Amino acid sequence: MAVLGAGGGTSSYEEIESTELIILWGSNPREAHPIFFHHLMKGVRNGAEMYTIDPRRTTSAQWADTWMGLNVGSDIVLANAVGREIIAQDLHNKEFISHSTSGFETYAARVQPYTLEYAREITGIPAEAIRQLAYDYATAKTAQLCWVLGITEHHNGTDNVLALIDLALLTGHVGRFGSGLVPIRGQNNVQGGGDMGGLPNKYPGYQDVEDPASRCKFEEAWGCELNPVDGRHISLMFDAMEEGTIRGLYVVGENPAQSEADADRIRKLLANLEFMVAQDIFLTKTAAMADVVFPAAVGWAESEGTATSSDRRVQRIRAALQPPGEAKHDHEIIAMLANAMGHDWGSPSAFEIWEELRSLSPMHYGMTYERLEELGGIQWPCPDLDHPGTPFLHSWLWEDTLPREPAPFKPVDYAPPIDPLSEDYPIRLTTGRRLDSYNTGVQSGGYQSPIRHGGVLDMAPADAARLSVGEGEVVRIASRRASIEAPVRFDSALRPGLAFMSVHHPDDADVNRLTIDAWDPQAGTAEFKATAIRVDKITV
Amino acid sequence: MDLRLMDATATADEIAAVDVVLGPPESGWTGGVMTAADTRLAQGGYHAAAAQRHLLLPALLQVQSEIGWISEGAMNYVCVRLQVPPAEAHGVATFYALLSTTKRPDRVAHVCDDVGCRDRGGGAILEAFGDRDDVVPSPCLGQCDRAPAVFVQRAGESDVVLGNSEPMEVELVLGGGSAPPPPVTAPQVGDGSLRLLRRVGVVDPAGLDSYRSHGGYEALIQAIGMSPGEVIAEVKVSNIRGRGGAAFPMGIKWEGVAAAPESERYLICNADESEPGTFKDRVLMEGDPFALVESMTIAGYAVGATKGYIYVRSEYPVARQRLEGAIAAARDAGLLGSDVAGSGFAFDLEVRSGAGAYICGEETALMNSIEGYRGEPRNKPPFPTQVGLFGKPTVINNVETLMNVPDIIADGGAAFAALGTEQSTGTKLFCLAGDIAAPGVYEVPFGVTLGDVIELAGGVTGSGVLKAVLLGGAAGVFVGTEHLDMPLTLEDARSRNATLGSGVVMVYDDTTDFRAILRRVAEFFRDESCGQCVPCRVGTVRQEELLARHLGGESLDADLLAELAQVMGDASICGLGHTASGAIQSALQLGLVGD
Amino acid sequence: MNEVALNIDGVAASVPEGSTILEACRSVDKPQPTLCYLENLTPVNACRVCVVEVENNRLLVPSCSRPVEEGMVVNTDTERVRHSRKMVFEFVASSVQMDLVDEETREWMDYYGADPSRYGNPAASSLDRDSRHPGHHPIPDGSEAANVHQPIKVDNDLYVRDYSRCILCYKCVEACGEDAQNSFAIAVSGRGFDARISTEFDTPLTNSACVFCGNCIGVCPTGALMFRSEYEMRKAEIWDEDEQSVTRTICSYCAVGCNLDLHVQDNRIVKVTSPIDHSITDGHLCIKGRFGYEYVQDLGEMASTPIDIVLARARTT
Repeated sequence: MAVLGAGGGTSSYEEIESTELIILWGSNPREAHPIFFHHLMKGVRNGAEMYTIDPRRTTSAQWADTWMGLNVGSDIVLANAVGREIIAQDLHNKEFISHSTSGFETYAARVQPYTLEYAREITGIPAEAIRQLAYDYATAKTAQLCWVLGITEHHNGTDNVLALIDLALLTGHVGRFGSGLVPIRGQNNVQGGGDMGGLPNKYPGYQDVEDPASRCKFEEAWGCELNPVDGRHISLMFDAMEEGTIRGLYVVGENPAQSEADADRIRKLLANLEFMVAQDIFLTKTAAMADVVFPAAVGWAESEGTATSSDRRVQRIRAALQPPGEAKHDHEIIAMLANAMGHDWGSPSAFEIWEELRSLSPMHYGMTYERLEELGGIQWPCPDLDHPGTPFLHSWLWEDTLPREPAPFKPVDYAPPIDPLSEDYPIRLTTGRRLDSYNTGVQSGGYQSPIRHGGVLDMAPADAARLSVGEGEVVRIASRRASIEAPVRFDSALRPGLAFMSVHHPDDADVNRLTIDAWDPQAGTAEFKATAIRVDKITV
Repeated sequence: MDLRLMDATATADEIAAVDVVLGPPESGWTGGVMTAADTRLAQGGYHAAAAQRHLLLPALLQVQSEIGWISEGAMNYVCVRLQVPPAEAHGVATFYALLSTTKRPDRVAHVCDDVGCRDRGGGAILEAFGDRDDVVPSPCLGQCDRAPAVFVQRAGESDVVLGNSEPMEVELVLGGGSAPPPPVTAPQVGDGSLRLLRRVGVVDPAGLDSYRSHGGYEALIQAIGMSPGEVIAEVKVSNIRGRGGAAFPMGIKWEGVAAAPESERYLICNADESEPGTFKDRVLMEGDPFALVESMTIAGYAVGATKGYIYVRSEYPVARQRLEGAIAAARDAGLLGSDVAGSGFAFDLEVRSGAGAYICGEETALMNSIEGYRGEPRNKPPFPTQVGLFGKPTVINNVETLMNVPDIIADGGAAFAALGTEQSTGTKLFCLAGDIAAPGVYEVPFGVTLGDVIELAGGVTGSGVLKAVLLGGAAGVFVGTEHLDMPLTLEDARSRNATLGSGVVMVYDDTTDFRAILRRVAEFFRDESCGQCVPCRVGTVRQEELLARHLGGESLDADLLAELAQVMGDASICGLGHTASGAIQSALQLGLVGD
Repeated sequence: MNEVALNIDGVAASVPEGSTILEACRSVDKPQPTLCYLENLTPVNACRVCVVEVENNRLLVPSCSRPVEEGMVVNTDTERVRHSRKMVFEFVASSVQMDLVDEETREWMDYYGADPSRYGNPAASSLDRDSRHPGHHPIPDGSEAANVHQPIKVDNDLYVRDYSRCILCYKCVEACGEDAQNSFAIAVSGRGFDARISTEFDTPLTNSACVFCGNCIGVCPTGALMFRSEYEMRKAEIWDEDEQSVTRTICSYCAVGCNLDLHVQDNRIVKVTSPIDHSITDGHLCIKGRFGYEYVQDLGEMASTPIDIVLARARTT
């Protein structure tokens, strides 16, 4: 979303309740964001038309008026073909484009080769359906374009996002109530982590590390000198470990030994570190490899603080339980560490830390604890104490005089998945989530879910039949990197040639040993969604 | 929709039955064979499912009719075809008495033991068959003029009605035999003063030409030469009130819908005639089906509806079949369809079947039933004229009411208003049954006295001494001999705390065991309560229990019964609850029961 | 939005157009009893306990769903109203186990003098309520008062369903269906007094469309639907609401930001609800938010407190 100048979804959940058109693109909120789906269903019941674009006919897709089962990784082709078709049908929003955007001519030229016929060939979706999508998106009065990891977990995830943003700029579906771009964030408080500066190139409040004015401000506040160069994102960190330029690691609340693509490589790199500290509430696979483990309290139930949800809403989290044993709050541990390293940080409370944040991050300034409590959370930016928060972003695009540079089109081109299908690896494996579980299962594994499938390989019944494999039968699944075994589950929502595994049960089915660590150069996100595999019957 | 279906699969016969109603599946996602194209594009989802939800009951009925019951597999197939959640489909299926979700015999006889048939052979038939699972008691079948009545559901064949039946005949049909449909009777056939009944028993109910040769479709031709507003004006001048029980002025209802801002509007004919003791609409539909089709076409034209439904109770297979025949013939003759009689007006009709639920005669319950939901009444307001079928403005009238329309148009509203009394205009059909010499449907102008009507039907039989008349049906009241002089008008009934209801005049002689009759009335309401609201759901149970205690020898707790009556009347959602204690309370006041 | 003026028990009230009579009553501090009403669900107005008298209306009207009209004259405490409310409470309480309803409902029952015992001795628990055919019921002899008592349904680790406590308020069906979850695992089946909340063919929840979001439990007013944790603790007689604290926080799973109210007893989360007046959840959660807390207090080897031990022992799988 950097194109538009802010790192968050543009809309509030309530907007989807009254929009005219909903597009879920690489997003399965029915399972991954169930309460967002409640809002979405209100929209559908209020008459919104719904498209779902996803290789699988997911449980979300089954509610859609139209589901398009595109080939994994062909999103840019589809998006560019939709863009081309909108222009060809002369349905683009010319007034908005000329007033609020730049670079349209270049975009129009770049999408020229993405004909319906070409798109049909690459994506597998009938041309007429693509034409209809273009028509519906361009002519809807309001439209919400939502995506999640199905767009971002590709080697060119950033390009995927840009292709979608271009469509919004083409049609003016951004910056108005009911029209927006809605990347529902994958993890609890991942939005807050970024907001707080948990990014290699940002200080809190999305202030640039490489902007001297910002740096000065933080150096002054913190009374120390700061590194003027952007840091490394996670994929670069692993490359640096490989090169030997990173030899120590401090892991807070992450389980990269199981969550990262090409897990064999990651585990090797972690094992080769000279020194690793893990700070976690569990002795995860990663923590088990660490030299030192700091036992942490559970953030949301045992600590005070804030979390920021996907609609940029900052809300209070509160301690309901006493942490067990010697477990300490994350901020306590970090302060103690700083103190031990010779800096007098004292032992600031969550409230005191928040007050410092407010003083340094203008977009948070109006969010006192008191106001957060009173308003049930506030959506950033909230620059002053009377500001109600910002339900949707980028209304500036619709101002008569633009307060800043127009939003640029960023044309992008198709690049197929890095892990190609071949005779040896003929099946496309994609990964994702299920309703009752979460990430590597360290948290969600703690309760007994009656709807849990465990670590299984979902296959099209026809593929299984071809291999003479029955439901529940354990098969060998091999990628170019590793092979694992898992039982098969039939899923008629998968077409032949497409398979699915959740990421939740690495102890049973270590799916990330199969995935490829080709990563997006800008976001650092790996291509979890596109792995070439072969499935073999295990003969005894 | 992300349905979780059951594991059971449908048999080929079950699939074929469903496909009769729904046609073959359109895609691999909705019950068909999955094709390569299906794996790339699916259209459907919530809106498509919502749009076809109304086919749920027809599909379930077809399975019931063809297979004899609705198995998990069959229901599963219906669910995948229509994208209805199985729990909801089950909720709908288990709402109706004539649908079975458990296996049962291929032929099941429903023997009427209600207020008309019970003491006229219905009870005896049931006794003769004992505990057999293919013979069950039934609420009123609308055949009181040929008591006792039996309705036989037959898997794979059309259902049949037996009139004036005997155990041997029932046994014969259950054993695979068949029975011809009883003839349509109207005791006044040939009487030149008849209006609504003048063609019954005279015209060929299957012949459009026969109907036309008796004046049929002249009113429609006249109506389409008028503006819709002019048609409504005539109806208003006629001052006709609804004949279904509520007596609402028809013209006002029509005007409300005609003036609605929405252009999508519906017309419904309530032919779910289930009020115990009532059979007049059946006689009209069986004897003169084209007249209803013509009436509805005029009504549709007047209010701007393009689609009309006739909701017929399942226990009227002959009426349904004749109406379907009449609709098809009218369509073929260009009197229905995209261009009615060359006028440019588009209108069509569809017959929908009930499935054994008295409550579906309540207008909003009927709408829910058509829409594929449980037949639970809606709270009013909003009224159907504003928010009706599929949420659209809707005119709903009963059969008898609508059948007056052609004459109102042909003769003019003023001529109609000159009949009957000032407040109760026109003629009225009464259903004479019970201890009466010539049971049947009688047409008289409003204002004729109760005693006159009983005399018209040959007078009281049995002991020959009249004890009480159940006026208006189970939802009506008992009146004693002191009301024989009551002019049968809406206003006179009201002033005497009675009701004409649906026109039931059920006559009881002085040997009647009213405790048993009342108890049957209580049983009826307990069975037919939809269960939605507490006053009716529990009140009908407690009412029956109190009467049962009395029947068992205890003294009657009349005070508590009155308390029940008050809350049911005051606080129930719909008319069923409001009237569920009326007959019982009136019987108490008349001293027909009690210590 | 326009304001509508009306009169309630002689008191002038003014509320926004589109408000219900119930909302108007609350605005002038005249609470009304409700059973089937909840702010986050569509009113079904089935229980009829909130009925009021409105001038020029022949019948009593349900205040929970009737919109106010200018000049409306509403009476909430007339003899007719009191009678209907008393009878509704008696009807419900004579056919359903009501010992877990909230204090407020109990107070209303006392206020109206509801005496459910006057309908006779309660009938015994029945085993066939899930298979009764509409339109046919065993003919009673009047010696006992029919009720909905039946065996409790325990078919999974997360919920129990005790339909002896079900007043058929439709709330669970609405929460499971179109008002929130859109799963439609349960519906009303059967008819009349034999109407019941049921999965298709009474199949266990684990075979149904249930996704165990717990939203049905969240809206149940009588304890017919209960979290397994509460059920087991009640059975072991260690459930103690006076000892419980409720703390609001944010769910730790996906990024939607659902508000959780953690009910904590003896430093253990024993129940999770969500505020019905928060715009993100409207009171509804998913399985993870509702039940995914357990890792915080492992019932495995770490089980230590009496609560842990009771809950660990109750696990069926």
